[in-house]
Amino acid sequence: MTQLALIIDLNVCVGCSACVTSCKEWNTSGLAGPMTDRNPYDADPTGTFFNRVQTFEVGAYPHTETVHFPKSCLHCEEPPCVPVCPTGASYKRPEDGIVLVDYDKCIGCKYCSWACPYGAREIDEQQKVMKKCTLCVDRIYDESLPERERKPSCVLACPTNARLFGDVHDPESEVSVLIREEGGYQLMPEWGTKPANHYLPRRKTRLRIHDDELVRVDNPLKKEAPRPRPALDEPSLDDVTSW
Amino acid sequence: MHPAFSVIFLTTLIGVGQGLFLALYSGQIYSVLEVLPPQDDRLFYGLGSGLALVFLALGLVASVFHLGRPERAWRSASQWRTSWLSREVIVLPAFMGLTFLYGGLHYLGWDPVLGTVGEGIAIHLTLIVGALATLACFALFLATGMIYACIRFLQEWATPLTVVNFVLLGGASGFTAAAAFAAWTAPALTTFFGGWAIILTLLALATRGTTLIRNARIKHKSTPQTAIGVRHAQIRQTAQGAMGGSFNTREFFHGRTAAFLRSVKWVMLVLVFAVPVVLLALGLTVASGTTLVLALLVQYLGLLAERWLFFAQARHPQNIYYQAV
Amino acid sequence: MSDPARQPNTEVKNTTCYMCACRCGIRVTLKDGEVRYIEGNPDHPLNQGVICAKGSSGIMKQYSPARLTRPLLRKQGAERGDAKFEPIAWEQAFEILAERLGKIRASDPKKFALFTGRDQMQALTGLFAKQFGTPNYAAHGGFCSVNMAAGMIYTIGGSFWEFGGPDLERSKLFIMIGTAEDHHSNPMKMALSKFKRNGGRFIAINPVRTGYAAIADDWIPIKPGTDGALLLALINEIINQGLYDREFLVNYTNAPELVNLDQASTEEGMFVRAEVPEEEGCFDPQNKLWWDRNSDRAVVNRSADADPYLLGSFQLADGTPVKPAFQLLVERVKDYTPEWAARITGIPAETIRKLAHEMGVMARDQKIELPIAWTDAWGKDHESITGNPVSFHAMRGLAAHSNGFQTIRALAILMSILGTIDRPGGFRHKAPFPRPIPPCAKTPRGPEAVQPNTPLAGMALGWPAEPDDLFVDAQGNPVRIDKAFSWEYPLSVHGLMHNAITNAWRGDPYPIDTLMIFMANMAWNSTMNTVEVRKMLNDKDGNGEYKIPFLVVCDAFQSEMTAFADLVLPDTTYLERHDVMSMLDRPISEFDGPVDSVRIPVVPPTGECKPFQEVLIELGSRLQLPAFVDEQGRRKYRDYPDFIVNYETEPGSGIGFLAGWRGTGGEKFMKGEPNPGQWEMYAKNNCVFHYELPRSYQYMRNWNRGYLDWAQQHRLTRYAEPINVHIYSEVLQKFRLAARGKLQGKQPPERLRKRIDTHFDPLPFYFAPLETQLTDRHTYPLSAVTQRPMAMYHSWDSQNAWLRQIHAHNHLYLHPSVGRANGFEDGDWIWVESQWGKVRCMCRFSEAVEPGTVWTWNAIGKAAGAWNLAPKANESRKGFLLNHLISEELPASAEGEHLSNSDPVTGQAGWYDVRVRVYKAEAAEPRETFPQFEAMKPLPGTPRRLRKWLAYRAGTGLFKNLLKKA
Ligand SMILES: Nc1nc2c(c(=O)[nH]1)N[C@H]1C(S)=C(S)[C@@H](COP(=O)(O)OP(=O)(O)OC[C@H]3O[C@@H](n4cnc5c(=O)[nH]c(N)nc54)[C@H](O)[C@@H]3O)O[C@H]1N2
Ligand SMILES: Nc1nc2c(c(=O)[nH]1)N[C@H]1C(S)=C(S)[C@@H](COP(=O)(O)OP(=O)(O)OC[C@H]3O[C@@H](n4cnc5c(=O)[nH]c(N)nc54)[C@H](O)[C@@H]3O)O[C@H]1N2
Ligand code: SF4
Ligand code: SF4
Ligand code: SF4
Ligand code: SF4
Ligand code: SF4
Ligand SMILES: [Mo]
Repeated sequence: MTQLALIIDLNVCVGCSACVTSCKEWNTSGLAGPMTDRNPYDADPTGTFFNRVQTFEVGAYPHTETVHFPKSCLHCEEPPCVPVCPTGASYKRPEDGIVLVDYDKCIGCKYCSWACPYGAREIDEQQKVMKKCTLCVDRIYDESLPERERKPSCVLACPTNARLFGDVHDPESEVSVLIREEGGYQLMPEWGTKPANHYLPRRKTRLRIHDDELVRVDNPLKKEAPRPRPALDEPSLDDVTSW
Repeated sequence: MHPAFSVIFLTTLIGVGQGLFLALYSGQIYSVLEVLPPQDDRLFYGLGSGLALVFLALGLVASVFHLGRPERAWRSASQWRTSWLSREVIVLPAFMGLTFLYGGLHYLGWDPVLGTVGEGIAIHLTLIVGALATLACFALFLATGMIYACIRFLQEWATPLTVVNFVLLGGASGFTAAAAFAAWTAPALTTFFGGWAIILTLLALATRGTTLIRNARIKHKSTPQTAIGVRHAQIRQTAQGAMGGSFNTREFFHGRTAAFLRSVKWVMLVLVFAVPVVLLALGLTVASGTTLVLALLVQYLGLLAERWLFFAQARHPQNIYYQAV
Repeated sequence: MSDPARQPNTEVKNTTCYMCACRCGIRVTLKDGEVRYIEGNPDHPLNQGVICAKGSSGIMKQYSPARLTRPLLRKQGAERGDAKFEPIAWEQAFEILAERLGKIRASDPKKFALFTGRDQMQALTGLFAKQFGTPNYAAHGGFCSVNMAAGMIYTIGGSFWEFGGPDLERSKLFIMIGTAEDHHSNPMKMALSKFKRNGGRFIAINPVRTGYAAIADDWIPIKPGTDGALLLALINEIINQGLYDREFLVNYTNAPELVNLDQASTEEGMFVRAEVPEEEGCFDPQNKLWWDRNSDRAVVNRSADADPYLLGSFQLADGTPVKPAFQLLVERVKDYTPEWAARITGIPAETIRKLAHEMGVMARDQKIELPIAWTDAWGKDHESITGNPVSFHAMRGLAAHSNGFQTIRALAILMSILGTIDRPGGFRHKAPFPRPIPPCAKTPRGPEAVQPNTPLAGMALGWPAEPDDLFVDAQGNPVRIDKAFSWEYPLSVHGLMHNAITNAWRGDPYPIDTLMIFMANMAWNSTMNTVEVRKMLNDKDGNGEYKIPFLVVCDAFQSEMTAFADLVLPDTTYLERHDVMSMLDRPISEFDGPVDSVRIPVVPPTGECKPFQEVLIELGSRLQLPAFVDEQGRRKYRDYPDFIVNYETEPGSGIGFLAGWRGTGGEKFMKGEPNPGQWEMYAKNNCVFHYELPRSYQYMRNWNRGYLDWAQQHRLTRYAEPINVHIYSEVLQKFRLAARGKLQGKQPPERLRKRIDTHFDPLPFYFAPLETQLTDRHTYPLSAVTQRPMAMYHSWDSQNAWLRQIHAHNHLYLHPSVGRANGFEDGDWIWVESQWGKVRCMCRFSEAVEPGTVWTWNAIGKAAGAWNLAPKANESRKGFLLNHLISEELPASAEGEHLSNSDPVTGQAGWYDVRVRVYKAEAAEPRETFPQFEAMKPLPGTPRRLRKWLAYRAGTGLFKNLLKKA
């Protein structure tokens, strides 16, 4: 069984928000749109986004790590948001594990959003239906797109390639390998929601220098010392003999 | 959570309605068992059920305000297999229907005896309908409570106490209403209802109090560490990706100070429990219907505070992602 | 499933993004003529399909309510700054301009000044100004990062910024200094991520840890303005440990060349030259001396078998004491120890040492060798290209300080002693760099170059090589309004736009008549001392005339600046016009060869918007500027695309704005006859021309015979001479000698002699930024800096409904200890105060900032009503502009002389030198930012602003309707 998902590599995410607006741009005119904004040019602008990038500071100065943290629906394998929906508008597709909302059925009761521990769902305040990341289901199967572009908009946008897309149930997929080998993890594992999206942690590269690496024979300073050259007028054989 | 007034009114109003019905029906049982004198079908049970229906209907109206698309509300009955909300949506009208039937039969006096049991205890049709309605009533309590209690990561809610509180608080306010109602329609039952109202209120105090203590001591399973998967003691959010606010900052935060929450707690304790118990006792002692009505009003106001607090105290794990409000 | 919007009535077109200066290739999908989706063009060499937050929000810029759509003339009787306008026809606008400018040109062309902001058409605007005959032309470079350009180009002939960068593909250790986002936005992100995934080690040196620094393996917080001290200490430690690349220094730099130390000589501090006749030309003649180790005597450099000393002290036969330049560097850095630097920078000495060792050991032990044979400029064949995998990137964190020039010289020298110049894994040039040191372009040398009805005799901007190259009159006074190329800022190679308004207002050095501002928000973001400058723009003389009589603003949006215009010219957006990212300007070249690119409209212009290029060509034709008319005075170019195809720098030169598909059939590149089909060929090729150099020309280009010849043949350069690294700068020494009265020719005014003597040090040195020196550090204990947010471009994205949600307002970030010490808490309203002004804002505590620094995102705060935002918008109520605290001038001297708050060498604006204190706002004060300005009203022609809801769906004609209702 297929479970499509995103992998987010916190090791390279610089928090640029490309994934935020490319998602908005794709989806507002797409299947899941419009993605309404309220007070677009007024005080406290606010709107529907399927993906946001947050910033956390870890630790205290000067040992602070700044973590940029993108988050969209995690397409949980045991999605608590689905069974609670009274209308069946929220559902998980058996064929690929994508969790979707059928806007035609949704009554805007918001109950599913209460049932999502991750805050991944947002009501459209104008249309009054629940919205969320669709994994760009209207791109990834679109045969009119070239193969390489059949990926979510945010994945294609991401300049650091911090977002990877694939089937986490296929052990050979790029994403599965990364999860296995780079310590991929799930958010809030304590709730057994089994998020399909995984995050890759920060990894550090360090350099250790041994003392003896600093002093080596090829040290160029050695070339700078004047060559051992006695002064011309120092006594030599020339002074005492002739052959 | 952000306390939504639609839901506060919905749950408190139907609670009164449910409690009131239970009071009426228990009155009837007691009278069948001849522990209490029989009452006037029309005036007491008929009107009483009507009154319960009014509460239920007001609750239903309030719930509509919670829906973004109320015109599609009918769809919400479809997922009874998995959704407590769907179940509530089914049980509430069922209960209302049964209550209506119960009250209507009484009102019309159309209450044939279907048989007898034991030593001539006549089984009236209303008794059967009432029993069904009682089942529905408890199912409704269960469904309403479970809507909240089933969200396991809302740890303040995810406890059987939630359902118990709904039952006891609904019962207490319903019996208080019944006592006040009886003061005019069936003075003989006032003490019975009032007495139980006091008992239920005190029981509710015990369970709601336990809940308060429990909630104060909850160790939340989700932490910033589990939320972003970084193991470090000091994690602070500095940006949440939307500065003008978002659904996540509006729906899941009460936006009040801790001090405000504390005062709501005291308001609740005083208005739901202390004052009504005193007023009930007083009303029963001096046989003052007005005092009993006052007790109901005070308790209901208190329940609004109680329910507000119920929401406000529930800390949704998503809030960890939106600390920087 | 597929995109519902895709099927009917959709088209896809390629062009180039301009939501920032990075210039990624984009693919725009239109639905019923409306923009549906903007994505990165996967076939574009720069961004290879990725895009950024701004690029993805282009729709909201295209359909912004802040768009100007009609030419506007200030209403009769209305005051400047009131933003009261009446729409006029373009013909009237042209008549007004042609008449006014015609008169100026016929009398005194310098009374017309043209300054441009973050545009990418300096080749055309510069051409227009030169043809007009005014010296008063510059773009944003002077307030942006000229220190970076000048500091490095005067040292290695190339620079970071848009001219070169780190080769992260092969690098193993990468040190990023003082960079938040920079111009190479997407490519840097792509490269950084690949670098990390390849196991590279990344160190960020920055007072703040955000963005790129967030993913660094190590963050080294530093006190602002002190990088010079750090870099000099690193050089010290690397030399002490013998970790420098001796071979590189000997072969490719002036490190071994002997400097005359005879204090009595007029040649003091100059290289001693061999008896070879000095060649004339814009390059370093190869006639200096080495002290040969083998023969123990002075020899002409590069003599066969010679092996020069880098260290030592020698005497020439005539008794002249000499030392190799490297010896002087060693002596210079001797006292710049890590312990010394630790006290200044706040970085522990141990960290500095470790950093030096990492760089040095990595460079020495991880050598790269590529099997690419090449020939050096002296004819020697090499079997392979080698490199040391240590790379750097730095930008305004170094540049935007008044000590930035010398700091950046130190950086370039550090990079050179590590042997990382145009080598794999190190710094790499991008065409048309490297240039000779300094590049050949020169300004005229005196006021006689400015004549009525005559083009300027020289370039408005250039690269002085000696005092005589300064653009000053006989008394040594500046010719330019911004005083660039004067003794005050001799190497101000990009001008000093930040002083143009103040100088014009004061009439110092002279008053002007018309100031034309293109694509710069000089009433807000690109001005220091904003409150006062806004007053200057409105100020009148005794006769009630404006001190700056006529102000023309060409903008695409209702910026703060438009309020002050007498005439507003509505520009098109990047999706509506042709543009070229030309080799004559700042192309998007890659390490492997020249790249230029174009924009081709994907949607028609909105309303009456007209590309500024068309305006210039029209004006040039009306004013009969020679480049724009034929011998009969008839207009030469139909329109801008026609101009681009047919313009040649000189008749028959074959050099034009575009390098690709030249020659009548498009068969030539770089140089060739105009090709009428050139635009179509760009259109067919993703709007980009990419010439990949042969592999053997891709490295060591300063000294690569093949490359230098290629560049000469293709007319990238006039000379094919090697470009040796200037560890020791003779150019600077010449100015110093002039200051000491030892050089014939132009002499500095007395008052500036000391300043020049101090700052034109041929070797880098550290001094505290000028403003710091003039500030009481006890009263103002903190440094205040800004950073670019990745999701906003300067001041122009608040109009963008999507981007503004990410940065609706800004906070002042500071360390909790600073807040606590001053009695306030996270989120409080506070005052930030410098000696120049104060601003009220909200604070946010952060552990990711050096405790002596406070910072904010740049240009998020806006003036009320600007950008057609509601006056209550967060940007103007909660957001704030740090510029109010920054002065464009240092305190006037006792004689009343004004010096710019800038680097004394280059005139680079010292944005990040300001010192502040912070304290809590009173409870009774309004919870909004201070200062406030009266709200701007929407300008005529701007589309109606949506109030409550925006639900964008392409193809619904929403914007058209709003425009109709305007
Ligand atoms: N998204 C976006 N991209 C842009 C722009 C934009 O507005 N938005 N603007 C473009 C323009 S015009 C330019 S010039 C470039 C500029 O690109 P950058 O040079 O990256 O620009 P700044 O934001 O000025 O970044 C300066 C960095 O230096 C740090 N800093 C300040 N003082 C010091 C110091 O003394 N020492 C050190 N080591 N660090 C210091 C600051 O914390 C900040 O991180 O960006 C370009 N790219
Ligand atoms: N405090 C502080 N101030 C700074 C800096 C800092 O780091 N800190 N950075 C400085 C630097 S490096 C720079 S480069 C400057 C940049 O400063 P500016 O060049 O003034 O940049 P913007 O503020 O974006 O203003 C550009 C103007 O161009 C307009 N515009 C946008 N697109 C178009 C178009 O297609 N056509 C036309 N005609 N106009 C258009 C915008 O509406 C805006 O009014 O800011 C400087 N100011
Ligand atoms: S992240 Fe939330 S909305 Fe998405 S599937 Fe999981 S529970 Fe449902
Ligand atoms: S808001 Fe819509 S999707 Fe969510 S639970 Fe209610 S009906 Fe289902
Ligand atoms: S997968 Fe698609 S819908 Fe989901 S966050 Fe990415 S772009 Fe948005
Ligand atoms: S686009 Fe990529 S790098 Fe940028 S915020 Fe999103 S995940 Fe991070
Ligand atoms: S980096 Fe600049 S040019 Fe590239 S997509 Fe983003 S805004 Fe456009
Ligand atoms: Mo800039």
